[in-house]
Amino acid sequence: MDRNPQNSFQDMILALHDFWSANGCLILQPYDMRMGAGTFHTATTLRALGPEPWNAAFVQPCRRPTDGRYGENPNRLQHYYQYQVILKPSPPDIQDLYLESLRVIGIDPLKHDIRFVEDDWESPTLGAWGLGWEVWCDGMEVTQFTYFQQMGGFDCKPVAGELTYGLERLAMYIQGVDNVYDLDFNGRGVSYGDVFLENEKQMSKWNFEVAETDALFDLFNKAEAECKNALANEVPIAAYEQAVEASHIFNLLQARGVISVQERASYMGRVRDLARGSCEAHMAKEALVWAEKYPEWSA
Amino acid sequence: MSDFLLELRSEEIPARMQAGARAELEKLFQREMDSAGISPSGITVWSTPRRLALIARGLPEATQAVSEELKGPPVGAPDQALEGFCRKAGVDKADLETRDVKGRATYFAVKNIPGRATRDLLAEAIPAIIRDFSWPKSMRWGGASISTESLRWVRPLSGIVALLGKELVECEVHGVTSGWVTLGHRFHHLGDITIGSAADYAEKLRACHVVVDHEERQDLIRSGAAKIASEAGLKLVEDEGLVIENAGLTEWPVPLLGRFEEDFLEVPPETIQLTARVNQKYFVCEDDVDGSGAKLANAFICTANIEAEDGGARVVDGNRKVLAARLSDARFFWDVDRKKTLAEHAKGLERITFHEKLGTVADKVERVAKLARWLVESDIVTPDLIRGGASSSAAEENHHPGSGAGVTKEQLADMAEQAARFAKADLVTEMVGEFPELQGLMGGYYARAEGLPDAVADAIRDHYKPVGQGDEVPTAPVAVAVSLADKLDTLVSFFVIKERPTGSKDPFALRRAALGIIELILKNEIRLEIDYAAARAAGLVFRQHEGQTDHDEWFAEHNIAELYRAVPDFFVDRLKVQQRQNGIRHDIIDAVFQLSERKDEIVGNLARVKALQSFMETEDGANLLAGYKRAANILKKEDWHGIEGEIARTGEEDPLALVDDPDMKAVIDAKMSERHAKELAYEPEPAEKALMDALAKSEPAAAAAIDAEDFSGAMAALAALRAPIDRFFDEVTVNADEENKRAHRLDLLAAFRAAVHKVADFSRIEG
Repeated sequence: MDRNPQNSFQDMILALHDFWSANGCLILQPYDMRMGAGTFHTATTLRALGPEPWNAAFVQPCRRPTDGRYGENPNRLQHYYQYQVILKPSPPDIQDLYLESLRVIGIDPLKHDIRFVEDDWESPTLGAWGLGWEVWCDGMEVTQFTYFQQMGGFDCKPVAGELTYGLERLAMYIQGVDNVYDLDFNGRGVSYGDVFLENEKQMSKWNFEVAETDALFDLFNKAEAECKNALANEVPIAAYEQAVEASHIFNLLQARGVISVQERASYMGRVRDLARGSCEAHMAKEALVWAEKYPEWSA
Repeated sequence: MSDFLLELRSEEIPARMQAGARAELEKLFQREMDSAGISPSGITVWSTPRRLALIARGLPEATQAVSEELKGPPVGAPDQALEGFCRKAGVDKADLETRDVKGRATYFAVKNIPGRATRDLLAEAIPAIIRDFSWPKSMRWGGASISTESLRWVRPLSGIVALLGKELVECEVHGVTSGWVTLGHRFHHLGDITIGSAADYAEKLRACHVVVDHEERQDLIRSGAAKIASEAGLKLVEDEGLVIENAGLTEWPVPLLGRFEEDFLEVPPETIQLTARVNQKYFVCEDDVDGSGAKLANAFICTANIEAEDGGARVVDGNRKVLAARLSDARFFWDVDRKKTLAEHAKGLERITFHEKLGTVADKVERVAKLARWLVESDIVTPDLIRGGASSSAAEENHHPGSGAGVTKEQLADMAEQAARFAKADLVTEMVGEFPELQGLMGGYYARAEGLPDAVADAIRDHYKPVGQGDEVPTAPVAVAVSLADKLDTLVSFFVIKERPTGSKDPFALRRAALGIIELILKNEIRLEIDYAAARAAGLVFRQHEGQTDHDEWFAEHNIAELYRAVPDFFVDRLKVQQRQNGIRHDIIDAVFQLSERKDEIVGNLARVKALQSFMETEDGANLLAGYKRAANILKKEDWHGIEGEIARTGEEDPLALVDDPDMKAVIDAKMSERHAKELAYEPEPAEKALMDALAKSEPAAAAAIDAEDFSGAMAALAALRAPIDRFFDEVTVNADEENKRAHRLDLLAAFRAAVHKVADFSRIEG
């Protein structure tokens, strides 16, 4: 039962796991919460803080309720996968490693035009920003490549390099498929659509039409309150989870179209305060240990 | 003499920053050379995405030794002074020399600065250049970034090549050490390249698939794209911005042409071009299939960074798919947006805040619609807008079929209001949400698609115009009405809430709005009294505020009366700036626009300004101005105000308020005849009589000419006063001993001044 890494969706993931594992990364599993991007995984946000080296790779399912298209759009989904690699401190050969990983999944840079195009990243919600590129393969963005400069309002010391591969896009490219649902999932007859099409239909409907908005508003307020409760009791990781929860509930409210333009800024501010507060608390809790272990480091 | 090569290699530098980085590198290098006293015979700077390179030619092997003397305190000065001097000069006290300065023994520090090897100087200069380099955005990276003091660069700095002649200039910056070794193309050349000197640098790189000269890469893209387009029977749509950007994204540019499905051409061509350009950095092409003019073709040109093994077929195919996905989005927006009418879209504007004190965009639209209708109903914008064909052309007439001729005032008013109501609706469409730069244009397309009249669709499309100087100015009446109304509302409403431009700050682009209004008015010869229009526009703002709880406070805070002066004055300032390039003098503009009996209307006033400026360039004009100034000085010295002035001082707060008052007229007439009675009390001298006669003719002639807007006639009437006023000053003594003569002659000068003021306020003219 050999794998053919140039073909199936799951083989591509396994090839990336093999590659990054061989290059010193922990292979983690997805965070078990609904979130908008791999960056929300604690292995990225919280681990980007502080001086300790950290190298990890994982798949993270991403939920973007407003991107749902009821399974009718060939490349827009309300649920899709990111492959995320975080390397702290960013190694000097990070670009070479990345390009090698593309070869491993079957992209030959002498046949395909690979380009690093300026694209800086900013997440006001996380109080984070970084500089980097979107990586183009024949004009298609396949990866976001970022050197984190700040997280939770703190300077990253040292800087982490973050690679975020759009797995469906890459697979569509490698397989030469125009519709995401036609992707070969396992090389043995199961398509991406077999796995996810019905989910997309139902979840799009729920996100846009069904979800009970009063309950969502209530959930938002409860997550906010629980985050504050956790912060007051000095368990910042638990607080951070509630910030992630609030962020997703806010995205659902957006999809339901019940947040006006004026209110939007206020909700975003509330989520930002929770996320930043959690990062600050995490930093405060760990700072003494870190400073002792890494004398050249300071918060 | 040797040439110096410096290459700073890094991870991909953003294309948009490369030109600035080249300038910065050259500037900092020059600074270092200046401080070392070295003058290179030439400096060349190149950039690619992965490197900045500088070659300086003709550097000496070493700098000249110099001796520098610094004068210190006199012998016997306090110790602190002496120590301070030594510290500053960097010498020991024991090494000071003593010299006689004007009889006083004085300390001198003599510093012999030996010549230094250029290589050593460069080894110090390179780290200084890197440390001081300023990027628009810079970052930290790697293990060193555990400290925020670590080096910052645009992206990680990965290598330095520094060679003077064939010698290595040894230096180190934050762990990056200089060497002979660089890298070639990321994919075409794996492994190191060893550079020998500046002389072989570019060619060695070229052999490794790197064209280091950015201008050469730009040429390759420019000519390559044009060539493949013409080989495909198409014409490249030139785009210099794209040439530069693509040259900044590639080290080995290879333009490739691809095709997209012809069906996408249903989408407005501007959206295709914008998608291709902004999102994908592709050029587009045109063809002329049926001889009806160039149209967008279903082709794109991308610029690859590799010489692909298969000639680029796969690269083109990949890019085609990406573009197809983008165009599918555009077509999706186009289809979705057209499912609603503009009227339905416009409802969405109620949710968008225009300004917190001015309500939503829907509120603004309401004001603009009323204003546009009013502009037509008050005959300010008329169906036959362009008079005499002076500013219209056949092309423009064809451009707006059926928009002018044959339309009644009522129809025009309806169309103007309708276009105004829909003009902003595209702001909430998907397409404009994706491409804000298509605002207006998309509204025009959507209007046409739902079957609105062409004149309305054109007006929606063109109502933002003119945007800045040099932009096309609308001439179709509906477009003119909406464009004028939109800009007037923006300008006046922000003036009402006291958000006015100050210094360099103009956050709501009110200067641009005023300039747009001026250009519309001049191009279309629109008679618009600014104060009147401002009052109307302000009234609409106030009316919207009626019924709101804070209305009284709001009204008290925003004093409408003050707008009557503030808005027209703002226009006069803008007009001066706008007319400067036409050589129109600002003082002449003031002389006409700031007349005490001013009329805030631009077309007529500007014609008067031009006539006046021509007149001032004649000998008659210059002499008349001299005579005017002399008369004005005498009147000022004698504190003489003439008949009108005397009445002005009779108690009425605002004398002008009574000018049209029939009772007041009677008073003035009575005063006049009183004066005329005195006049007869003596025999006027011939020169005096001549001036009286000239005034009797010129004053009404000038006034009549002004009324008829015959400004050259008005100037001719004034010119007729020049000889009499000169003669009067030559031959007549104003300050005669007899009081009646003096009074009469001062009155005569005042009358002369008043006659001149019928045309312009000469006191504001310089010279």
